[in-house]
Amino acid sequence: MVTEALAQQRRLTDGLRVWCYLELPFSLVAESSPLSTGTLYDKVWALHRVAELPGGQTQLFIGLHLIHEVTSPQAFAMLGERGLKVRHPERTVATVDHIVPTTHQGRPLADPLAEAMLGALEKNCADHGLRLYGFDSGHQGIVHVIAPELGLSQPGMTIACGDSHTSTHGAFGAVAFGIGTSQVRDVLASQSLALDKLKVRRISIHGSLAPGVFAKDVALHVIRRLGVKSGMGYAYEFAGSCVAAMAMEERMTLCNMAIEAGARCGYVNPDQVCFDYLHNRPEAPRGAAWHRAVTWWRGLASDADAVYDDEVTMDAGEMAPIVTWGITPGQAMAVDAVVPTPDQLPPGERPLAQEAYRYMDLRPGQPIVGTPVDVCFIGSCTNGRLSDLRDAARVARGRHVAHGMKAFVVPGSQQVARAAEAEGLDAVFAQAGFEWRRPGCSMCLAMNPDRLEGRQLSASSSNRNFKGRQGSASGRTLLMSPAMVAAAAVSGVVTDVRTLLSHAKDTGRGSVP
Amino acid sequence: MTPAPVTTVEGRAIALHGHDIDTDRIIPARFLKSISFSGLGDHAFADDRAAAGGRHPFDCPEHKGARILVVNRNFGCGSSREHAPQALRRWGIAAVVGESFAEIFASNCLALGMPCLRGDTGVIEHIQQVVQEQPHAHFCLTLAASTLHGLDHHWPLTIESGPQTMLVNGCWDATGLLLSHGQELSRTASQLPYLNDFSGFALPG
Repeated sequence: MVTEALAQQRRLTDGLRVWCYLELPFSLVAESSPLSTGTLYDKVWALHRVAELPGGQTQLFIGLHLIHEVTSPQAFAMLGERGLKVRHPERTVATVDHIVPTTHQGRPLADPLAEAMLGALEKNCADHGLRLYGFDSGHQGIVHVIAPELGLSQPGMTIACGDSHTSTHGAFGAVAFGIGTSQVRDVLASQSLALDKLKVRRISIHGSLAPGVFAKDVALHVIRRLGVKSGMGYAYEFAGSCVAAMAMEERMTLCNMAIEAGARCGYVNPDQVCFDYLHNRPEAPRGAAWHRAVTWWRGLASDADAVYDDEVTMDAGEMAPIVTWGITPGQAMAVDAVVPTPDQLPPGERPLAQEAYRYMDLRPGQPIVGTPVDVCFIGSCTNGRLSDLRDAARVARGRHVAHGMKAFVVPGSQQVARAAEAEGLDAVFAQAGFEWRRPGCSMCLAMNPDRLEGRQLSASSSNRNFKGRQGSASGRTLLMSPAMVAAAAVSGVVTDVRTLLSHAKDTGRGSVP
Repeated sequence: MTPAPVTTVEGRAIALHGHDIDTDRIIPARFLKSISFSGLGDHAFADDRAAAGGRHPFDCPEHKGARILVVNRNFGCGSSREHAPQALRRWGIAAVVGESFAEIFASNCLALGMPCLRGDTGVIEHIQQVVQEQPHAHFCLTLAASTLHGLDHHWPLTIESGPQTMLVNGCWDATGLLLSHGQELSRTASQLPYLNDFSGFALPG
């Protein structure tokens, strides 16, 4: 009966998929119950199920809880009001990222509001016995950068954090998702959450990426193809030969952006690439436990005969460098294309497109290449890791930032900064006229001094191009890969990075420049 | 603390048109620089309101005191900030009706006892039209029946059974419920390989 229902749903979604470029009436699909079996998501869900709750929700155990200074203080206050303690202090880990300045990080912070938030985090962690990776730890950084590099994020875990980009940790075969502050309180108090099970959509990406095309482009391609609402009610499993060939940092970029497709969590099945990344990380299991862990992790991957609620296939070979032209990450285009005209869009998307043309000051039908850029930002939880900085440095090396351009590079963590400095990337950027900053979320969301001013247009390796996102109510953002941002920085205008990667040595992914 | 059941939400309504209205627009990030949620109500849609020069629905005198917000598709997408529903709530909103909601936003609303109900595109557009034409009309949202009625209209809406049950039974503040399963929590923790040195586990299947 399940099979029949599934077949019926497949017919429905197959019919809908024809409309992928247009408009998916996903509400039709979202009404049905999850049918998936044998996927990693199903296995992890079953392992962490504590109880069934009245009304049909599930109480799910949370294996790792990450907190930061913005969404946790009110949760601790609620805990205090109710006289509750942290149930598993050893399973919550804190760092400071959103509000930190990326120039001078001496205490007290220049902004008294930022200093108060950091002070509150320090006090809450001390009061409840929680680990905090602060400035003096050598491991401070963006929460979604430090947890993987410490080896905290592991296959088979449920991971929650008061930040929507928690989907990043799905790269390890974890079920990882963002939560709000009341839910942070619930995890602190009970190490669990009341949740509805998601459906699972497998997105299989086959083939190889062309030179100059990166994981960020894959993420933006997926969002553009399926839409920013497609993932509502779904976990996204990223699979296929293209994903299998990706390094862990590329998988993190891909899973990070799942939320921009509306999917609260995205994941990749754990494999040898994942185990090699984790081996010998400070928080990874060691010795005999390591071998037991790998055996267990291997068994978590989705079964060959797993049943999915939906499946989509894409061809990596067709993908080009992508740039957003609008005010949602789904309003994106190949860099060598023209801004879509209203008649190329489904009727339901046209009002938002009109709003985007006006806000972005872009005309339908115009090329995006050549658009003048004011600010270039390389960093964020999407693209602030070592391989991202290498990709950007490869473009910047031997070139110089255009006259009048503000360009800066913000490593995702202190560890990323050290590694980049050890191989001289800071010098490559400095010689090319980029500022080399200290770790933090920086201009991804402008809760710190890094922000756009007025109508400035940024080329940004971050994840959101929403109106006002980068700190100016009228500021404009073009999302792209770190290499594309570097190309814009040295050219002064939006540039197809492939035209700058003319030498064979420039085109390899992930190699040292 | 026992939360109150949420069975109905009554009052005037306010229509806000547009798809994909993200939480950065509902409450811009600069207002998150605080260790409390107080004062957020004044800043709901701050940048949109400034850009609209006083013509934003949240600035129109006839909508002041409205309790039911009517929106379109994918409302509340983007950041997980609970500051977004907190800002709406502190402005005066007690329920949201729309074509669809981003998941984290909807679960944040639930944690505040603020229902999010969905309706078909035609239904929502009709409600928005009626609200705009008669901003002073009185509407009533009924959770058990998942309906909105007002004037002579009766609109069918939907809400998942989990949130519906939690709201109607007054158990939308989940902390107490979750803590009541102490033994089950301990049992689950004892069976997770990664909390037990990866020893003595059965392969998942």
